[in-house]
Amino acid sequence: MSGGKERILARIRAAVAGAPDVEITRVYRTTRDLPGAVELFAERVADYRAAVHVVAEAEATATITAALAGRGAVRVVIPAGLPPEWTPPEPVADDPPLSAAELDAVDGVITGCAVAIAETGTIVLDAGPGQGRRALTLVPDYHLCVVRADQIVADVPDAVGRLDPARPLTWISGPSATSDIELNRVEGVHGPRVLEVIVVR
Amino acid sequence: MSGNAAFLGMPAFPRNAAAAVQDSQLRFNLRKATRTIRGRRASVVAELPDWAELRAAGRQIKDHTLRNLDRYLLQLEEAVTAAGGHVHWAADAAEANRIVTGLVRATGETSVVKVKSMATQEIGLNEALGRAGVTAYETDLAELIVQLGDDWPSHILVPAIHRNRSEIREIFRAKMAAWGRPAPGELTDDPRALAEAARLHLRERFLSTKVAISGANFMIAETGTLVVLESEGNGRMCLTLPETLISVVGIEKLLPTWRDLEVFLQLLPRSSTGERMNPYTSTWTGAAEGQEFHLVLLDNGRTRVLADEVGRQALRCIRCSACLNVCPVYERAGGHAYGSVYPGPIGAILTPQLRGMASELDASLPYASSLCGACFDVCPVAIDIPEVLVHLRGKARHPRAERLGMRAAGWVFDRPARLAGAQRLAGRLRRFVPGRLPGPLAAWTDTRDLPDIPAESFRDWWNRTNGGTR
Repeated sequence: MSGGKERILARIRAAVAGAPDVEITRVYRTTRDLPGAVELFAERVADYRAAVHVVAEAEATATITAALAGRGAVRVVIPAGLPPEWTPPEPVADDPPLSAAELDAVDGVITGCAVAIAETGTIVLDAGPGQGRRALTLVPDYHLCVVRADQIVADVPDAVGRLDPARPLTWISGPSATSDIELNRVEGVHGPRVLEVIVVR
Repeated sequence: MSGNAAFLGMPAFPRNAAAAVQDSQLRFNLRKATRTIRGRRASVVAELPDWAELRAAGRQIKDHTLRNLDRYLLQLEEAVTAAGGHVHWAADAAEANRIVTGLVRATGETSVVKVKSMATQEIGLNEALGRAGVTAYETDLAELIVQLGDDWPSHILVPAIHRNRSEIREIFRAKMAAWGRPAPGELTDDPRALAEAARLHLRERFLSTKVAISGANFMIAETGTLVVLESEGNGRMCLTLPETLISVVGIEKLLPTWRDLEVFLQLLPRSSTGERMNPYTSTWTGAAEGQEFHLVLLDNGRTRVLADEVGRQALRCIRCSACLNVCPVYERAGGHAYGSVYPGPIGAILTPQLRGMASELDASLPYASSLCGACFDVCPVAIDIPEVLVHLRGKARHPRAERLGMRAAGWVFDRPARLAGAQRLAGRLRRFVPGRLPGPLAAWTDTRDLPDIPAESFRDWWNRTNGGTR
């Protein structure tokens, strides 16, 4: 095994010997304030054909209840640390951890997120409190994600700067989709076929 | 059949292309698909006012990484190991296949699920696993279509781009049963129904398979993080559910710092699928959530490319496939004509460098271009593909007739008197020049018209008329 390593490193050193180094100039847009970030985020999420609601904090519980009822989602799994006001009356807890088959049998999942990106309509989960392990938002067919308005950043560089690479991250931009048939986009393949996002101001 | 071995012994590009352009179904499918994606890419790229700056940064980050590749690979190994992962180094395809086969055998499993990966196609991993009694199940929809159809990939992003919806339906109906759950009885050719059939076919396999094999779009040296961009969720299934994850990644996929992702997560989705962001991006560092994690670093010719001062820029490639979608040659000839898992303009410079130019096919690839430059314009890391094509043409061995012809032309052009003499001779003999040249010279006139030879050269005319005044 180490033979391969030494061979590769030696070949690299021989290949680039004497080549000049290259300086990196970052003059692209980085951190910035974006007025109307909430509205832009909602618009961009909707572009992926996900359902989006922007509501006041007091309406969060009622909006979640209505969303679940609208999808006929009765057995809903929740991660540890989900705020009580976002938790339905009889949730399925992931404790002890559910098997993949058990996750496949629930109607949906409710989570929060770590960061959301306005420019691209992306939500990022980092497996922290209120988000849970990665399988929770993967196997169930319906993902309801609650985003607090102060979690929405302008663009990709702002999000990268806020995230911890030591945690497993899942960046989600709309429901699962494919463009593999004649390059036409079709929503709904192996991941959740329905993504619904509630932004709480 | 998806490995490079499948392409061995293929004729040179011109013959493959001549056959492919006769396939009207293929041309229709390619034309429709590449036009769709070109439009989408152009509109999302135009949205970013700093695209040129992002592209410049992408090029610089990649060039800096390649210059310091040894250092960053060692840093990566240390970070992955510290996070509980295992790192293996594979100098060539055989070594990579041996390592992966050994790792799968050690788990006692006889089946693996796979995320779409160019690197594992390049080394023919599925075939190597098959010889060891391990079945590899492709889970990306297009890869599934290719695998079920016993076909070859023809595009980097969408390997089944040469298939239309009704062909896909026929493949699903005929072949799914042999690989697992059969296609639904009433399967239509609606893309939604076809995607649903793939979901049902693979569902149980995802939930029960214990070993997954992936590639990666990026590896971060600083943190040991791997990054996979995808659309369907098959990637998440493979990266998340199995107990063991083996990732085979080319050494050039490295980025120095976590921050560098802020550039590439803007460049790649917009160039590739023409979206602001792809549906799913997964990042993980070492053994995530208790998973057993192995990283196999693959050279397989990359260090040879790195040694070529002009050609090494091909290693910047992030496999977006934008160059394929704008290429007039690719759009007409299709991906199979290139005889490699890397087709299109990037394939025409990458394949001959990775494999060398010993075969007739590989030596012909630098000519699979009109040098129009559209590929360079759209490349998100500014690979000057025409420059590398011309460079490789210079390195390829040319036919004897061409070499003699060029030597004769060099002798004539070397002295003004010789050139003037040759021009006068040509002017006098011009009535006898045939439309089609004889012998090996016909290779030139078969695809080009000979220019009309004037009765008098410009210099002679100028001297005779004193610049038109007499």
